Amino acid sequence: MSSQTIDADAGAVVLSARRISKSFNGVQVLFSVNFDLRAGEIHALMGENGAGKSTLVKILSGFEQPTSGEIILDGNPVKLPPNGAAEALGIVIIHQEFNLAEHLTVTESLFLGREVTRFGMLDRKYMRAETRRVLDLLGSHVDENAMISGLSIADKQMVEIAKAISRDARVVFMDEPTAVLSREETNFLFRQVRKLRDQGTSFVFVSHKLDEVMELTDRVTVLRDGQWIKTSPTAILDGESIAQLMVGRELSKLFPAKREPDVDEEIMLSVNSLSTGYVRDASFEVRKGEILGFSGMIGSGRTELMEAVAGLRSRASGEVIIKGETVPSGDVHAANRRGLAYMTKDRKSKGLLLNSRMTANLTLQSLENHGKLGYLNPASEAAALERARRRFDIRVRDGNVVAGRMSGGNQQKLLLAKVMETEPDIIIIDEPTRGIDVGTKQQIYHFISALARDGRSIIVVSSEMPEVIGLCTRVAVMREGRIVGMLEGDEISEQEIMRYAAGLKKKAVA
Amino acid sequence: MSVNEETREIRRRNWRDIDLRAVAPFAALVLLLILGAIVNPNFIGINNLANVATRSAFIAIIAIGATFVISSGDLDLSVGAMVAFVASLMILFMNSGVIADPALMLTAAIAFTIVGGAACGLVNGLITTVGRIEPFIATLGTMGIYRGLTTWLSQGGAITLRDPVLQEMYRPAYFGSILGIPVPIAVILAVTSVAAFILYRTRYGRHVVAVGSNSDVARYSGIPVNRVRTIAFVIQGLCVAVAVLLYVPRLGSTSATTGILWELQAITAVVVGGTALKGGAGRVWGTICGAFILELVGNIMLLSNFISEYLIGAIQGAIIIIAMLVQRSLVRKS
Repeated sequence: MSSQTIDADAGAVVLSARRISKSFNGVQVLFSVNFDLRAGEIHALMGENGAGKSTLVKILSGFEQPTSGEIILDGNPVKLPPNGAAEALGIVIIHQEFNLAEHLTVTESLFLGREVTRFGMLDRKYMRAETRRVLDLLGSHVDENAMISGLSIADKQMVEIAKAISRDARVVFMDEPTAVLSREETNFLFRQVRKLRDQGTSFVFVSHKLDEVMELTDRVTVLRDGQWIKTSPTAILDGESIAQLMVGRELSKLFPAKREPDVDEEIMLSVNSLSTGYVRDASFEVRKGEILGFSGMIGSGRTELMEAVAGLRSRASGEVIIKGETVPSGDVHAANRRGLAYMTKDRKSKGLLLNSRMTANLTLQSLENHGKLGYLNPASEAAALERARRRFDIRVRDGNVVAGRMSGGNQQKLLLAKVMETEPDIIIIDEPTRGIDVGTKQQIYHFISALARDGRSIIVVSSEMPEVIGLCTRVAVMREGRIVGMLEGDEISEQEIMRYAAGLKKKAVA
Repeated sequence: MSVNEETREIRRRNWRDIDLRAVAPFAALVLLLILGAIVNPNFIGINNLANVATRSAFIAIIAIGATFVISSGDLDLSVGAMVAFVASLMILFMNSGVIADPALMLTAAIAFTIVGGAACGLVNGLITTVGRIEPFIATLGTMGIYRGLTTWLSQGGAITLRDPVLQEMYRPAYFGSILGIPVPIAVILAVTSVAAFILYRTRYGRHVVAVGSNSDVARYSGIPVNRVRTIAFVIQGLCVAVAVLLYVPRLGSTSATTGILWELQAITAVVVGGTALKGGAGRVWGTICGAFILELVGNIMLLSNFISEYLIGAIQGAIIIIAMLVQRSLVRKS
């Protein structure tokens, strides 16, 4: 363990949260959470997707106000100013998506909004020298005159950190800082972070990567379902126990009974060593009537892989075979014609036309079924809508409502109905229940299960582990663009998936 | 709830459902007609109105094409120059005398014009989709090219249809009438009906609206986005060709200044008609209404004496701004 901080003479608490709760539109996402950050420590904040980490970070940096509870800075209760103005108090957040203007130079970025002037003119010389000084302090070789747009992601991150230092940051929040970095870049980042820690800066490190948390941090706080679970020195934990803390819950009766397909069922889809973008060498097969799950952290390459399978993205190498026929790369139509459909996780910007009515959305992907020679038969479309509303229980008072005004749950049902209108045999469902209430979730799980019983093959991509575990008879786990595990039967558990997803375990996948 | 009550409830809802944006241009047209009638009693006469409609034909027909391009989320600035270019090509073709028989020659010239218009549209479409250049810039470029080629073809002067037999034979295409309706008005009705059918009743029309309202959704729904956009530009080219077919018999001559600023008038007609400039909703009949409004405003100004007709351009400019303001306030209310 790298941690040198000893609990006994640990630094004073700089920033803390006392019984913080937060609700969005009546949905509570944080429940009376406590958190404290000491001077000169690196504190990991961990939890599953949706555990409330990001919300807590936003509250502690002033981007959101808590519904109840207080924030204490240097021993005094404070109300943090919104929209990043907390920077003036030394609290800086380094976002996952960088907040750097691409067309500025490094120096201009560092001094953005607080440019130094001399006799009313910009003092470029001073600002350049100061930027150089901070970058040297970090041991970074980034040129202070370079354009942001020309920098690598790792260098942009360094500029963000330099920006934080130049503003005398005492508390730095880093949200998944290593997600896009190589191992060497990560090592470099960690060295700089430790150096700054030793000079008294405090860091909150939000990450899914257990190994990095073990390597870098001094203490760990785990959240689960919006509740504080545990805070503990990293040195006395191991990856296994953190994974258990993050998961530790039983599955409820949300899910229909699983039905395993026969081993000699026909293989409907097989993907052989597919590579695209970030995804490397992915291979898997799906049988008739099977529900195959795809688990892994956000950004592990699942969506990229599925888009390549569906022909929405071209593949660098590898083949996709649907019902025995190879489909060309990057051809949605070819995949569609052979009976494969992909349901996007992004229903608002890629799934539905928010300004159009339900009918136009429902039939958009399957207009050939509603008339000959390109002519559309309104009666046939109306009948399709009536069927879909009944089949997927889409509940709206007014049949002419535009999709954008429907509830999330109804939108999701409409999107599922739209995809099913193409009568696919293989359906890839990316995040089947994102942002919808529990009742609708349950309905959607039953739809999926019923489709599989009908003999369709289904791939469920989900970041919600209970979903994958409750629905699927086989689960592939992806990590950093590769399929690192394929779990079956009793092996499918949150702990086991977490071990693969976090890189504690790995096995060759045939 | 009794059946009776329910139908009443539905009827009430339907009344509320009427899209104000779709109705607004027609309401404006009615207001203008009333205003015109007050200003000058001759205005409301059938002769004057038929005259106005006939004169609006070029812009109306071009604007129908622009409705497709704008609905699919693009923009075509080259249409005015395209009219000049295609019309010049048509006259030069007829002057070339490659076919001796005048009737055959005229038929060939018409076919040649239609192919020429479609080709010009195709060029615009391919530059924006395959070349991935913003439609504003791409068609600004082709606008210069079509206009420049026209100037070069005419050597800075005019291109005039020389053969008097052809001239005489072709004249009725603008000045004639079918069943008492002037040909240009009949053509407007025909083109608009076909366009409305394509936009509202065919798969392609649905694709246009989907691409214009969200091209990602369209792509994820398996719609060939670039093909849809390119075809919209070709439809625009075909509409320009139809406008040229009416334009050439009218004067029998073109020059480098033919169709100047027509692209702005066409876009104004589309926007006044209620089509959103950012794409996603096409209103073909609204576009025709917009074209009439533009022409009517000019006509009223001519017939009245209180505003100088030299201000027509300024008034038309004001109309487009007012139309946008009205559209936006209606959106906010709904």
